[in-house]
Amino acid sequence: MAQARAVDYGETLLELENVHMYFGKVAALAGVDLEVKKGEIHSIIGPNGAGKTVMMNCINGLYQPQKGTIRYKGEVINHLKPHLRANLGISRTFQKIELFGGMTVLDNIRLGRHIHLKSGIFSGSFYVGKTREEELKNRQFIEEEIIDLLEIESIRDKTVHMLPYGLQKRVELGRALALEPELLLLDEPLAGLNLEEVEDMARFILDINEEKRWRITCILVEHDMGVVMDISSKVFVLNFGNKIMDGTPAEVQANPEVIKAYLGEEDLYSTRR
Amino acid sequence: MSRSQIEVTKDLTIPKLFLQQCRKYGKNKVAMREKEFGIWRPYTWQDYYDNVKHLSLGMMEMGLKRGDKVSMIGDNRPEGLWAEMAALCAGGIAVWLFQESMMDEVKYIIDHSDTKFFVGEGQEEVDKALSIKDACPKLQKIIWDDPKGMRNYHQDFLISMHELQQIGKEVDHRDPGLFEKTIEEGHGDDICLLFYTSGTTSLPKGALLSHWNMLTMGKNLMAVDPCYDTDDFVSYLPFAWIGEQMMSISCGLQIGYTLNFPEEPETAQENIREIGPHVMFAPPRLYEGLTRKVQVKHIDSTWIKRKIYEFGTRIGYQVANLKFEKKDVPPHMAFLKFLAYWLMQKKLKDHLGMSRLRHAYTGGAAMGPDHFRFFHALGVNLKQIYGQTEIAGISIVHRDGDVKFDTVGTPIPETEVRISEDGEILSKSPSVFQGYYKNDKATEETLVDGWLYSGDKGFIDEDGHLVVFDRSKDVMTLRDGRPFSPQYLETRLKFSPFISEAWVIGDKRDYITAVMCIDYAVTGKWADDKKLNYTSYQELSQKPEVYDLVQSQIEEANKDLPDVARIHKFVNLYKVFDADDEELTRTSKLRRAFVEKRYQDIVQALYGDGDVVHMDTTITYEDGREQRIKTDLHIRKVTV
Repeated sequence: MAQARAVDYGETLLELENVHMYFGKVAALAGVDLEVKKGEIHSIIGPNGAGKTVMMNCINGLYQPQKGTIRYKGEVINHLKPHLRANLGISRTFQKIELFGGMTVLDNIRLGRHIHLKSGIFSGSFYVGKTREEELKNRQFIEEEIIDLLEIESIRDKTVHMLPYGLQKRVELGRALALEPELLLLDEPLAGLNLEEVEDMARFILDINEEKRWRITCILVEHDMGVVMDISSKVFVLNFGNKIMDGTPAEVQANPEVIKAYLGEEDLYSTRR
Repeated sequence: MSRSQIEVTKDLTIPKLFLQQCRKYGKNKVAMREKEFGIWRPYTWQDYYDNVKHLSLGMMEMGLKRGDKVSMIGDNRPEGLWAEMAALCAGGIAVWLFQESMMDEVKYIIDHSDTKFFVGEGQEEVDKALSIKDACPKLQKIIWDDPKGMRNYHQDFLISMHELQQIGKEVDHRDPGLFEKTIEEGHGDDICLLFYTSGTTSLPKGALLSHWNMLTMGKNLMAVDPCYDTDDFVSYLPFAWIGEQMMSISCGLQIGYTLNFPEEPETAQENIREIGPHVMFAPPRLYEGLTRKVQVKHIDSTWIKRKIYEFGTRIGYQVANLKFEKKDVPPHMAFLKFLAYWLMQKKLKDHLGMSRLRHAYTGGAAMGPDHFRFFHALGVNLKQIYGQTEIAGISIVHRDGDVKFDTVGTPIPETEVRISEDGEILSKSPSVFQGYYKNDKATEETLVDGWLYSGDKGFIDEDGHLVVFDRSKDVMTLRDGRPFSPQYLETRLKFSPFISEAWVIGDKRDYITAVMCIDYAVTGKWADDKKLNYTSYQELSQKPEVYDLVQSQIEEANKDLPDVARIHKFVNLYKVFDADDEELTRTSKLRRAFVEKRYQDIVQALYGDGDVVHMDTTITYEDGREQRIKTDLHIRKVTV
């Protein structure tokens, strides 16, 4: 029951220009253009096999597109490996959970904090001076900003593989946030969740997008149309490697081509509402 | 370590006592702790004072007048207690709502109590208040303390606790003695709490309790079982339950022990273990949960651990029985007890957070003798408390060394208890309430010449202990004309870890029957071990193997009962009784009249010839969605 949100979208954060990605002769992406502005929740929708995850993989560097440019904050990042892109502030979650099952929730999240730790093995073994300071600062960040936000206090010390699926998804978001990203790629964060978990997750996404502390720009790949239309600032529609359109949720819902390609198959991708 | 030296007079109020204690302890003693961000954070009495003072002055500046009601809702946390104390210091009356209250309950209580200010923890509570605000015109301000999710709420009747405290600070600057002066104006006969009792039959009634009521109750309980200011208490049960008010506010303030607030409701058990409280008071449901936990862990553990546990409990039960019979423990038993303690009890008590526990109380509903004996066998000094909201929570308690598992004990000081001609329990004490708010008829029925009519049936045994039979309206008549307490049988059934709820039927019928709710987690685990497939509670509850299991549990409970009181038939329900469905009260008591109406088909079938009952009902979820449930429930006969 909050009053309507007013967001002022700033400069371009990420830009894809004429990106092509082939697997053999199959064109997964055939000349895709995308512009993501700072502060947006930019959703990518499309039927299964449309190339949504490929697009995500191109952005975070798991795939290197054969043609086209990817610019982040104006710099071309085509050649950068995923870990270097992470250093620039690009973080992601995966469609299928990619956590370390045998480690605790806290350890998984701490792992995401790795790039912010500067101390070496030697000083780390003694826990004095700057290392101690760094440890305390990062502990505080994880506890106050992530665990509190995601309400996972009660599972802090549990091993991940023992947790229900919905909570694992939450932990994965936590790990992605530990990086303190500016751009977060969320690959089907709602898939397989029950209604209550979907509502929680949607709220977390809005929180990290709107809360002053975070203001994270999100790219969201998701089949749950109800949520996509509710929380997105823009929706990009992809169909077999081709962009159909990129517009506000209202524009997308009104476009006959989109309805034909995607929304028309309501039964296949039924939403929860 | 010091005992409380507080003298409770008619002039004393809770805020005056608060002021005295803050002056006494100041910065030198921790008043409360909260686990936040994984660390226990202390607040001294000085912090407590500052927070309450500024909040209270803020409320006064916003227009809170003497006698105005302030409603509060939220989990147990320091801010909740500060808000309550602030309202009392400003001369207001505190009203607490259960955290999980549904919208109509919130609306009814806010409207009926004439609430002026609403204090909610965060977005969820604020949303509740906003959705009923139009229907409750007397509600003026909504105060919140957790900023999470509140960034887009800009209505001008909303204010954060922080902002309110800033306003309070300015007022304090402008008018330095105002806070103390307002407190001085209070009198012991003023009302401090308006407490809504969760009725088993009707709409909630608002009981009015004065400062004198609350303080005398605390004083008299502490006279029986003294506490010390070095003690720790964990506050995790709803503030809307009188028992929690009793321990956190009345006793807590008089003794000055440290209150500890868990991080989240889900972490409470873990946090209790970290603190190791010296005293605890909880409804039977909680002890039943702990018992179940131990029973299940026992089943799951290794052979050697099971044997040690069995040895420990056997000794424990023998020692407990000697204690109940008030006999001395012979030397060889004392040695075995010593062994059992070091081998098993010590460790187990630590896991349950009971290592340092001096007194554990249970009250608010009936506790079965099996559960009660279980804790004594563990060496936990568990005692019954009997009382109602209308007597500020307590009138009767067990004394150390005089505990009987089928009684609730003897009256606390300044309390008289007698049994009326038709067997009703009556009590009289300085803590008897002032009447129901805006309900003179109910007040007249309950309060006659200073005697509180409890509506409970009971008797006083040869040792002067009170035995509570059951609620008068729930007492059943067996086919041979004898009275019988369904609650007694239900608590016995619930000693089985596989059963979470039971409802016993049979008033003026030929035989007794029961509707059983299995415990999903425990029975589910049992089914997993047996390689039984199931997808839902509903499916699991109807498995023939599960019926066999429940039947064996019932036969166990039937054993020591006379023929006429034995359960002859039962049915496994497709869901667990739930307070959201109005089947239980918020304090988890079964609302018999309601379930009888709701499940009349089942009752009919239990007394018919068929062995299947067809159910076709609609259930409503919290978010308003509806689901139709069509299922067949099997009726099983028990060999008696």
